[in-house]
Amino acid sequence: MSTQKTVSQPRANGNLQAKDFASDQEVRWCPGCGDYTILKQVQALMPKLGLDPENIVFVAGIGCSSRFPYYMNTFGMHGIHGRAPAIATGLKVSRPDLSVWVVTGDGDALSIGGNHIIHLLRRNLDINVLLFNNEIYGLTKGQYSPTSPQGQVTKTSPTGSVDSPFNPLALALGANGSFVARAMDRDPKHLQSMLERTAEHKGTSFLEIYQNCIVFNDGAFSPYTDKSLRDSTSLYLEDGQPLVFGSDDAFGVRLDGCRPEIVDLRSSKWSRDDLWVHDEKDRNKAWLLTSLFDDNTREGKLPRPFGVFLAEERPTYERMVQEQIAATVEQRGDGDLEELLTGEETWTVK
Amino acid sequence: MSIIEKQKKEVTIRFAGDSGDGIQLTGSQFTSTTALSGNDLSTFPDYPAEIRAPAGTVAGVSGFQIHFGSKAIYTPGDMCDVLVVMNAAALKANLKYLKPGGIIIANTDGFGKKDLSLAKYAPEETPIPDAKNSGYIVIEIDVTKMTRESLKDTGLSLKEIDRSKNMFVLGVLYWLFSRSLDSTIQFLNRKFAKKPQIAEANIKALNDGFTYAIATELFSERYSVDAAPIEPGKYRNITGNDAIVLGIAAVAKRSGFPVFLGSYPITPASEILQGLSGLKNYGVTTFQAEDEIAAVASAIGASFGGSLGITTSSGPGVALKGEAIGLATILELPLVIVNVQRAGPSTGLPTKTEQSDLMQAFYGRAGEAPVAIISASSPADCFDVTYEACRIAVEHMVPVMLLTDGYIANGAEPWKLPKIPELKPIDPRFEKARDNGQDDTPFLPYKRDENLVRPWAVPGTKGLAHRIGGLEKDHETGNISYDPDNHHRMTEMREMKRDMIANFIPDQKIDEGNEKGKLLVVGWGSTYGTIKSAVSEAREDGMDVSFLHLRYLNPFPKNLESLLSGFEKILVPEINRGQLSRILRERFLLPVEGFNRVQGVPLMVAELKEKITQMCKS
Repeated sequence: MSTQKTVSQPRANGNLQAKDFASDQEVRWCPGCGDYTILKQVQALMPKLGLDPENIVFVAGIGCSSRFPYYMNTFGMHGIHGRAPAIATGLKVSRPDLSVWVVTGDGDALSIGGNHIIHLLRRNLDINVLLFNNEIYGLTKGQYSPTSPQGQVTKTSPTGSVDSPFNPLALALGANGSFVARAMDRDPKHLQSMLERTAEHKGTSFLEIYQNCIVFNDGAFSPYTDKSLRDSTSLYLEDGQPLVFGSDDAFGVRLDGCRPEIVDLRSSKWSRDDLWVHDEKDRNKAWLLTSLFDDNTREGKLPRPFGVFLAEERPTYERMVQEQIAATVEQRGDGDLEELLTGEETWTVK
Repeated sequence: MSIIEKQKKEVTIRFAGDSGDGIQLTGSQFTSTTALSGNDLSTFPDYPAEIRAPAGTVAGVSGFQIHFGSKAIYTPGDMCDVLVVMNAAALKANLKYLKPGGIIIANTDGFGKKDLSLAKYAPEETPIPDAKNSGYIVIEIDVTKMTRESLKDTGLSLKEIDRSKNMFVLGVLYWLFSRSLDSTIQFLNRKFAKKPQIAEANIKALNDGFTYAIATELFSERYSVDAAPIEPGKYRNITGNDAIVLGIAAVAKRSGFPVFLGSYPITPASEILQGLSGLKNYGVTTFQAEDEIAAVASAIGASFGGSLGITTSSGPGVALKGEAIGLATILELPLVIVNVQRAGPSTGLPTKTEQSDLMQAFYGRAGEAPVAIISASSPADCFDVTYEACRIAVEHMVPVMLLTDGYIANGAEPWKLPKIPELKPIDPRFEKARDNGQDDTPFLPYKRDENLVRPWAVPGTKGLAHRIGGLEKDHETGNISYDPDNHHRMTEMREMKRDMIANFIPDQKIDEGNEKGKLLVVGWGSTYGTIKSAVSEAREDGMDVSFLHLRYLNPFPKNLESLLSGFEKILVPEINRGQLSRILRERFLLPVEGFNRVQGVPLMVAELKEKITQMCKS
C-alpha cells in the first residue's frame, strides 16, 4: 500500500444513503447546537463520495466539534487537543487511498493546534478540514477563543477580551492553503454545496463553517446568518460571476484599484458590467476577500462573503512522497536487506 | 639506536585537533585498519557542541578515542595511552584523559604564540616542556612543514596540501602500532576516485609519515597488538544510531506491514531520521514533522492506518510527546518511541550522554499509562533491540519506549552481521474483512485475545468501520464509557496486557559470575561495557562479584526477583541520580545501592572497580 503511485479509491455499489453513514451512538450536543445541521449535511454528502464507509476516516481533536467522528459510521479517531491535522497527515501519507477528514473547532485548530493546521495547509495533503467556528470555547464552558472579537465578555474576560482575533481564512491563505471556503450552519443547502466542493478538491480543503453555540455565544453570527438579515449582509461567491448581494441583487461590489466599493445597482450609474467578477484561481483577490470583508467597522460596511474564496490545483504532498518512493524503487530496485546491512566495509574473522 | 618491539594487550589512543583537522576521518581510518588486524575495539567521537567554533580555541576541539586489544574490549577506554594533538587547544582540552607517563604526539606547528593564546594558555606557560617535566613522553613533529615538504611536487595548492596533514600523522601511528597501510590506501583511492591527484597526495603523505617515523627514530619503542579471540563471522563497524536505522529497515523488509517514521530533528537522535530518509526503497516512509508532537501524532495516524508508527527523539522531545504516547496507550495501537537520551534537564548538555530519562519512560505521562520499556547496551545491540521493540509493539498492540543514549548513538564497535533468515518476521494481528452477510455479529475492536491483545483493525477493511479515541472506552465495543467499573477494568487490562509481555521475553541471564554470592552489579543501557570491564577485573582480582545487565525494563524478566535475591548486596551503576535503583527498591523491597555520576560522559571503569572492591571487602 505504501508504494502505490496513483491514488485510486474503490467505488461503492451506489446503494448507500445518508442514514448508512450514521453510527449507532446517541448524538450528545446541546439541543439547538449548530453542529446537528453540519452532521446531517456531512452524512448527506457521504453517499456522493462513491466510497464504502470503511474507506473514509474522520479524525478529530478535542472540543465540541471533535466528537463528530463518534457519530459517523466510518472509521474514526477522536485524538488529542489540536493534533488532528498531524494524526491525519500520518494516516494520509501512509494510506493515500483513504478519504481523510479533519473535524475541528476554532480553539482546536487555531489555538492549541495552530502549528499543525498551518503546516498541513502548506504541505497540501489531500485532507478535508471542516473548521466549526463558534468564536467561543464551548466544551470548557465559555472562555474566549482565538476568533472571539476584541472586547467580548466571557468567563475569562469579564471586562472584555483584549486579544486580537484570528481571521481563519486569511490565516489559511497566508499558510498557502490551496482551497479556502466558508459556509454557515443556517444555510444547509449552501453548506451542502460547499461540502461537495471541499470533497472534490485535490489538496488540503479548508472549509470554515460559522456554527452557532446556543449556550455560550448565541447569535454570534446572526447578522450574517439570520434569514431576515443575511440578504443584505452576506454575499455568496460564485466563480465567474459578479459580486452581488441584497434582495433582488440590488447591490454589487466593484474594485476601485485595490479598494472594494459597494455600488447600488438600482441607480443608473452602475451596471453588473462594472462589478468585480469572482475568480477562484486569483490568490490576490482571495486575499482581498478574506482580509477586507471581515471587518465591519470599515467604512461602507462590506458584506461578509460565503463560498469558495480560492481553489488552486497544486501537487499533493502524499503524491509527491509516493512518486519519490516509486522513483527510488525504479532507480535502485527493491531494497536489498543483505546489501544494506553489509554496508561499505566488512571483514571476516575465521 | 635499536627500537624495542613490545607486545600490548590493549591500547587506547585519543586523536584531537581543530574541527577542520580531519580528526574523525583519521580516527575512523585507524579503526578500520585495527578491525582488519583482528583486534577487538570500541570507539567514541567527542564533537564540539558548536558547529563551527572559532579555529584554534578549546571550544573548537574535536576528538576521537579508540580502545583496541588482543582481548575482548567493552569500552572506548577511561584514559588513553597515546594522545595525538594537532594544536595547543587540543592538548589543553585533552591532557586530562592521558595516563601518567603516556605518549603525546604533538604537531609543533600548532603550538605557536597565537595558538597558545587562542588556547588560553598564560603567557608564561610552555605546554610542551611542561608536559615533558610532568613525566609524559612528548614526540614533537612539525606536521605542517613535513606534509608541505612531502607534497611540494604534487602541483597542489598549499591549502590542498595542508588538508593531508592528518594522513601524515596517521602514517606515523601506523608505524608505531605496526599496522599495514593497505586498507587506508584502498579507502583513499575509493574516496577520491574522481580526483586521482588528491588521492595520490594523501597516499604519499601517509607513506611519508610512516617512513618519517622509521628514518628519524622518533620512538624508542614500537608496539604490536595481536588479534583478539573474536567469534568467527563477517563484521562491520557500526554506531548505535546507524544500527537503529538498519533495525527499522529490517523490520520493514521482514514483516507484512510498512513502517512510518515521524520525527523532528534533535541532537543526538537526528541521524536516525537522516538515515531512514535515504531508504525509500525499503518499505519505510519518513516524515519530518513540524514539531515533536506532530512527529508522534503522525506516527499514531500511520499506525491506525496499518503501518508501524515510529518516532525518534531525545528527552526534551519525548517530554513533548507525552500526551500523544498516552493516546497511543489508550487507543492500544502499536507505536515505538526511540529516546536517544542526553544530559538534562531542559536543553542540558545536548551532545553529552546521560541515562536520566528512565523515570520519564516509566511514569512520564498523565494518568495510568503503562508502556513497555526496552534498552540497548551497546552500539551494535541497538539493531537487535530495535527489532525487538517493533516486535513487542506490533504483537502486543502497545507503545514501546526504546532507550539508548548519546554515548552508544555516536560510539561505534564491530558488529557481527546477522543472518537475515534468522530475523523472525513480526506477526501483526490484523483483523480480517467481514464480507456482507457472512458474519453479522458486530465487530468488537476492544475484544482481547488470551494475551489481552486487541485486534489491529485497519481502515479499508470491509465491515470493520469503528471509532476509537482518547476517551475511556467500553471494554469490548470501544464506545465511550463513563461506567466506573469499566474504567477500573480497562485501567487494569492495559497494565496487565503490558505485564504479560513478560511471557514473551527471554529469562534474565547472569552476564558474568555466579548466580549467588556477595555482590551483584545490575546495569541497564550504555553502561554495559564499563560494568563488564570493571566486574571482569574485580573477578580477576578474586572478588565475589557477579553482573546482570537488563535489556527489558518494563516488564522485567520474570526470573529477575529470584536472581536478585541470591546476593547479599546489590549495586546499580547509572549515569543519573539513581533511577533504576529506586525502581528496584520499590518493586522488590531490596537494599539496593547506587553508583551515580552525571558528568555527561560514560562511567569510568577504574572508579566503578574501586566501588566494587569497597563493597566486596566490607
